[in-house]
Amino acid sequence: MTSFDAIVIGGGHNGLVAAATLGKTDRKVLVLEANSETGGAARTEEFAPGFRTSSVAHLINRLHPEVIKSLELQKHGLKLDVSRLMPTTVLSANGAPLTLAGAYGETLVGASKPEQEAWSGLRSQLLRYAGILKPLLARRPPDLGGMSFAETSALAMTGISLRRLGKEDMRDFLRMLLMNVADVLDEHLEDDRLKGLLAFDATLGSHLGPRSPTSLLGLYYRLAGEIGGKPGAQMHPIGGTGAVVKAIELAAEQAGVAIRSNVPVARIIVENGRAVGAVLESGEEIRAKTVVSAISPRTTFLNLVGTREIDTGFVRRINNIRVNGDAAKLHLALDRIPQFSGLRAPELNGRLVIAPSVNHVERAFNPSKYGEFSPQPVMEITLPSLLDPSLAPDGACSLSAVVQYAPYALKEGWTTGKPKFLKAILAQLEAHAPGIGKSIVHAELLTPLDIEQRYRMPGGHWHHGELQADQMLMSRPVFGAEGYDTPIDGLYLASSGSHPGGGVSGVPGLNAARRIIARKG
Amino acid sequence: MKHSDPKKLLMAKNASQDHFRTPRIASPFQPRIEALMRTEEWYDWAGYKAPLSLWDEELEYFAIRSQAALFDISPMVKYRIEGPDAEAFLNRVTLRDVRKLKPGRVHYTAWCNDEGHVLDDGTLFRLRSDRFRLCSQERHLPWLLDSGIGFDVSIIEETKSIAALALQGPASFAVLRDAGFKNVDALKVFDLAEFEHDGENVTISRTGFTGDLGYELFVDQELALGLWDRLWQAGEQRGLRAIGYAALNRARLEAGLIVANSDFITAEHAIRADRVRMPDEIGLGFMIDMEKPHFNGRRAIQQARVKGGLQHILVGLEVEGNIPAEHAIVYHQGKREVGLVSAAIWSPMAKRNIALASLERPYGDTITGDLWVEIYAMRELRYQKLMKRAKVVPRPFIKLDRRTANPPADF
Repeated sequence: MTSFDAIVIGGGHNGLVAAATLGKTDRKVLVLEANSETGGAARTEEFAPGFRTSSVAHLINRLHPEVIKSLELQKHGLKLDVSRLMPTTVLSANGAPLTLAGAYGETLVGASKPEQEAWSGLRSQLLRYAGILKPLLARRPPDLGGMSFAETSALAMTGISLRRLGKEDMRDFLRMLLMNVADVLDEHLEDDRLKGLLAFDATLGSHLGPRSPTSLLGLYYRLAGEIGGKPGAQMHPIGGTGAVVKAIELAAEQAGVAIRSNVPVARIIVENGRAVGAVLESGEEIRAKTVVSAISPRTTFLNLVGTREIDTGFVRRINNIRVNGDAAKLHLALDRIPQFSGLRAPELNGRLVIAPSVNHVERAFNPSKYGEFSPQPVMEITLPSLLDPSLAPDGACSLSAVVQYAPYALKEGWTTGKPKFLKAILAQLEAHAPGIGKSIVHAELLTPLDIEQRYRMPGGHWHHGELQADQMLMSRPVFGAEGYDTPIDGLYLASSGSHPGGGVSGVPGLNAARRIIARKG
Repeated sequence: MKHSDPKKLLMAKNASQDHFRTPRIASPFQPRIEALMRTEEWYDWAGYKAPLSLWDEELEYFAIRSQAALFDISPMVKYRIEGPDAEAFLNRVTLRDVRKLKPGRVHYTAWCNDEGHVLDDGTLFRLRSDRFRLCSQERHLPWLLDSGIGFDVSIIEETKSIAALALQGPASFAVLRDAGFKNVDALKVFDLAEFEHDGENVTISRTGFTGDLGYELFVDQELALGLWDRLWQAGEQRGLRAIGYAALNRARLEAGLIVANSDFITAEHAIRADRVRMPDEIGLGFMIDMEKPHFNGRRAIQQARVKGGLQHILVGLEVEGNIPAEHAIVYHQGKREVGLVSAAIWSPMAKRNIALASLERPYGDTITGDLWVEIYAMRELRYQKLMKRAKVVPRPFIKLDRRTANPPADF
């Protein structure tokens, strides 16, 4: 029986960040990955012969600078070329497209002059407000029970930065905080395409429509991310998101972390209220002083720890985490580069969004409330092989799209629903890129059910739980486990199910490791 | 439901919601109790119409202590808990080690929420190795069901379907024997067994809430009246009396037993943050078994014990004089307010003026001397304020050998 200082369950990017951070402190660390490859929902996978794609997460827009710096990811092969930022283009089936160029629309191409000015004003306002939230979305959430001096002063800094906004701005910040994105957009903008795009971005990955209360938070969350100091920027790394994971993995290995794959964990050993190791599905038992769970909090407690070791109230809260995903992932292998109406090369290399108006997004959302998929889905599309030719055979093209809305609990079931939904998506694509249907060599659609099964994420939610106001900060994943430590001594959470949430940021993993180090775990 | 006629709609609505016609539920024994009721003193016990007293509170009390008394406990909340994981489930929910509770045995226990605050106390009957009955003051079905997540166990509320009687007092064994229940004498205190009644089963346990020799009987509610009549007939020569809660309340206080939401506020009922109590704060610390597997509230309780988070203590008091100190404020050195009396009587058995009180530690814990209670005795529209000495004394206030004597005595 081997013994480690820390076992990290789950070799997704957060698990690897946590492992690497702990490894750098001379702890003996072991990562246990259930799959044959690390990376979780951010790995790069082959989905058709010769075609590879970033699996669920397909863009990098919030990999945290502290993660990059502290793990020296650039030294380990991470290439984030700020000159290769991707623009976003809103497609229009019969009009002209609109493009947000630079980092989230530093310039707006294809809109009227007054709209450009309105956007410029709104953009800087949104960035200012997202900037207030940014530190909150980086640190350990405030501990209401009793904060250390450092934590209290960090929170005070948020208060000070709020004051620095000035009276009027502060008032508006507070007024808008829990608003729906549609109302905010109506206050500032005219252009349906632009409003459609922002409405889409605010609700991407959530079970929310643009008119659902608090939907603006999703946009702030996006804008709190940055690349190379540019907030709101996005890019597709060479080699897909899997390449980012590989850089983190390399950093972990350099820090002496042992990584084992194909070893699903059956349970976490709890003795006398303390986690002391893990039992693999093979029956092998591994002991450690600290157990870090970088997988779904729900799976962690309900399956690996088991309800017998935790209190009923806590089980209730874990059981109530809303984890049902509402977004699907589409991968197309195309025998040629698709032609999107009115688009040229630079836009084609960017992110393409089908969300022609706020109403369209809202209507796409409506059926999902009743367990039906959107007949006219909204989506963000990338053509990764244009940016990284290694991802598709010569002359061919890969397409990766996040499509919503696709409720996890589809009323008719995904067995019969999936082909119908795929048809609806392809019809939508065909309308914007005539002829694309004929060029499809292979199509892979991952519904939330598929995502659940393939990536072991209950509900198939890529954030490991809805990222809404009630499941943020000290309520993420639930009260009692919000600060990465849990009611079980020696057990820590480190997945995107913990604060601040999903996206390839590495922050939950980094914060969890720092918490462990601070507590000498 | 589709009705175009608004009148029909209203009728249908009324038919589906006629609970308001009977704001108090009738117990299965109601016809017998109503027939014996002289004082019309009723009270609400968990939604049931229950007798506070039937003919004379004082004499009903003495029926418990010198004859035999029959008290309807059907309103007591009852859960049937069974399945392969029933033991593990109850061990996780409650404080005591259920593994030590053998089939055919009963124990008094309590359960807490995550914060270690007491949700209720009650009795746990182990009917078989995989079947239990949990009896309590408050309702807990949602809590129990949510506690069942991850356990192979079924939890059914059987408050309405199971009728229950407490038969208490020195002659209670004789009444059962005369009623034809064979081998009841084999029951030691906290034992239970099945007996035959009308071709069906009645569960009899040697338990009670009086500190006296006594038994509790549980049957399917359809057999309730037959059971009552069988006991009543046998009890005629033994001075068997039906009693109400007022008499029982005196007996339980002498026995030093506490009542949820009377001597302490249960966690689900407490509105004020400082009213909740940990087991150690209400004299139930003895139940806590830190050696057994995890149970609800364990971490919080352990932390409070280590970090000194226990702020209150429940004590028995002996008060000078003979005026019951009910709801009197307790003082240290006659000045400093340190607690409140939750129940008090002049005890006819102990011949002492007794009380239960909740005090703020260290008073009642390490500081037990120089305690006083301020009794407001209403005398013809004027309070007579009495400052009386109080002494912390052990509970129970009375200890009756007949309660545990084997075989039970025949009076």
